[in-house]
Amino acid sequence: MKRHLLSAADLSLDDATLILDTALEMAAVSDRTVKKLPTLRGRTVVNLFFEDSTRTKTSFELAAKRLSADVINFAAKGSSVSKGETLKDTALTLEAMGTDAVVIRHSWSGAPVNLARIIRGSVVNAGDGTHEHPTQALLDAYTMRQRLGRIEGLKVTIVGDILHSRVARSNVLLLKTLGADVTLVAPPTLLPTGVDAWPAEVSYDLDSVLPKSDVVMMLRVQRERMGAAYFPSVREYSRRYGLDVDRAAQLQDHTIVMHPGPMVRGMEIASEVADGLRSTIQDQVTNGVAVRMAVLYLLLGGSESAIGSVEQ
Amino acid sequence: MSWLLKDVLLYGEGSPTDVVLRDGVIAEIGTGLSGDETIDGAGCVLLPGLVDLHTHLREPGREDAETVETGTRAAAVGGFTAVHAMANTNPVADTAGVVEQVWRLGQEAGHCDVFPVGAVTVGLEGKEMAELGTMADSAARVRVFSDDGKCVSDASLMRRALEYVKAFDGVIAQHAQEPRLTDGAQMNEGINSSLLGLTGWPAVAEEAIIARDCLLTAHVGGRLHVCHVSTAGSVELIRWAKSKGWDVTAEVTPHHLLLTDDACCGYDPTFKVNPPLRTQADVDAVREGLADGTIDAVATDHAPHALEDKETEWGAAAMGMIGLETALSVVAQTMVEPGRLTWRQVAERMSEAPARIGRLDGHGRPLAVGEPANVVLVDPTARWVVDPAQTTSRSRNTPFAGHELPVRIRATFLRGTPTAVEGKPA
Ligand SMILES: [Zn+2]
Repeated sequence: MKRHLLSAADLSLDDATLILDTALEMAAVSDRTVKKLPTLRGRTVVNLFFEDSTRTKTSFELAAKRLSADVINFAAKGSSVSKGETLKDTALTLEAMGTDAVVIRHSWSGAPVNLARIIRGSVVNAGDGTHEHPTQALLDAYTMRQRLGRIEGLKVTIVGDILHSRVARSNVLLLKTLGADVTLVAPPTLLPTGVDAWPAEVSYDLDSVLPKSDVVMMLRVQRERMGAAYFPSVREYSRRYGLDVDRAAQLQDHTIVMHPGPMVRGMEIASEVADGLRSTIQDQVTNGVAVRMAVLYLLLGGSESAIGSVEQ
Repeated sequence: MSWLLKDVLLYGEGSPTDVVLRDGVIAEIGTGLSGDETIDGAGCVLLPGLVDLHTHLREPGREDAETVETGTRAAAVGGFTAVHAMANTNPVADTAGVVEQVWRLGQEAGHCDVFPVGAVTVGLEGKEMAELGTMADSAARVRVFSDDGKCVSDASLMRRALEYVKAFDGVIAQHAQEPRLTDGAQMNEGINSSLLGLTGWPAVAEEAIIARDCLLTAHVGGRLHVCHVSTAGSVELIRWAKSKGWDVTAEVTPHHLLLTDDACCGYDPTFKVNPPLRTQADVDAVREGLADGTIDAVATDHAPHALEDKETEWGAAAMGMIGLETALSVVAQTMVEPGRLTWRQVAERMSEAPARIGRLDGHGRPLAVGEPANVVLVDPTARWVVDPAQTTSRSRNTPFAGHELPVRIRATFLRGTPTAVEGKPA
């Protein structure tokens, strides 16, 4: 595996499989009463969040703590765009403190790549702008495998604001590596120019794709996009691209419904569907911790079985 | 003091010849000549001093990035004897006072002639026309007007500007960028931007403005110069406008001749520039356009930036790259070595045409006895590796770091006085 996890494209099939297998072992730990491993004792993991995200930050923090790492939540007040401390200065500070891994969330695409050029430790991209969110894609893949028993050959449909979604980018790249067939569904305005070169099919028609899907992943659509004329109204968006009860009824019995959160109930997904049996939304949150444990463990030098002799 | 340039090839043609520069002019051309100082020019090409239509000297306002002094020294090292200083300074060059100040700083520095470009609109705000006539009548004799960096997007204002400057033979140099199509744009819109998650700057935003401006130019009988053409579609539009006989000229930058948006994939803001680096098809098209004369000139868009404005996240970084010291080498690599241009044509694209567009006297003149001794001597066989730490410019943001490029500039002369010798300011 590479030293950093900046993009889902950094992962080979072997890397991704190793992470998912390791996460399975980690999940076993999370089921125990004492949910802690000594593996990263004495190592320091910094959560560097330039953008608010309580869910992702908490998930990474829990993951690092379960591996016994020292966790620092670095207060990155505002972003460097507001001409405060620059990313470079922050990186040099972290470097001086001797950190082993930095988990970074940033509103600018590519900031983790810039950070990785400056510091010696490992950098984990916890979401950068509209670029990528590789651990989200890993936990999504983990969840698919958990529910459906495999990833290769699955028909995965990703619906929503593909243009601005880092989750979609990471999922497309990782699922390609893992052998799934991805179809992106969105109004043409919410698909990037250049999407034809992505390893995915594209459709504007949700109803024709749904019955063939094994996995349906709904993405959040921000209301603000309406003001920029990406679509005329929330009502029209929901009518054409929302996963409502009638649409969910078209799905095959085994098909699962995913959402990376936070969701806008009633817009891209109906409450009945989000809370229904097909929904993996809670599993995704749970699995996030195990997957992030696996990522931190493997990046920080673990090559043995994650829990080794501790667990038989 | 006279200088003998011995055994040089005029425009890279014919047989070795001696050229003597004396009293500010080319005094003699022949064989067996002598002078007070001699440069052995065997195997070297003599060209008229290069003229840049598009230079950001940053003074006044951002003297930490560049000054007239440092920028013109860099120009001399790059073989230029004249540069057009862009108007987006602070204060903006939108009055006779500011353009005269920049012009005087250039005169005092003495490394190359500085011709200030006047802003088209007050404060580059695209609302009210600046006092174009007063700038034209000032000591700076402004003929090129541009809101560079900002497009004059208001069609009515653009029409009036094109009309108004006819009175003093001015030209509107347009940075063609439809603002509503480029809100928050970070790089070329295409496959790479889609994967990098960076907001796209679509080719159509450039082409739509060029098409409109060509039509406006035809309508009012004005004179349009299109800055830094970057797309294949733009080249086609300009070719079409020229075929109609309209007075439209265009420039291309060295970086758009050599680099593609693949360079952006590592999020290194050195490669963030406006207009953005495009695709290989666009690079091929601008090369072809420059070769066939659709694109009249090479202009550097030399845009120095302080380190802290580039050593940051891509989205927060400033746009632009320096180019004065590498321009001729990049043109040699992309155009001369592959046989697209002869040295004679390089003289046209990098000296004569830009001087003509800027209505300059004394630059872009023939290599002939009695003409001003604004010349540059280049060694076409030498090669060098670009090292940002070695720039004469105050800034380091060259996109060619580590590139091995052809051609070294042996010496640059401004009215017979050396301004740079063997890669160093004289
Ligand atoms: Zn410009």
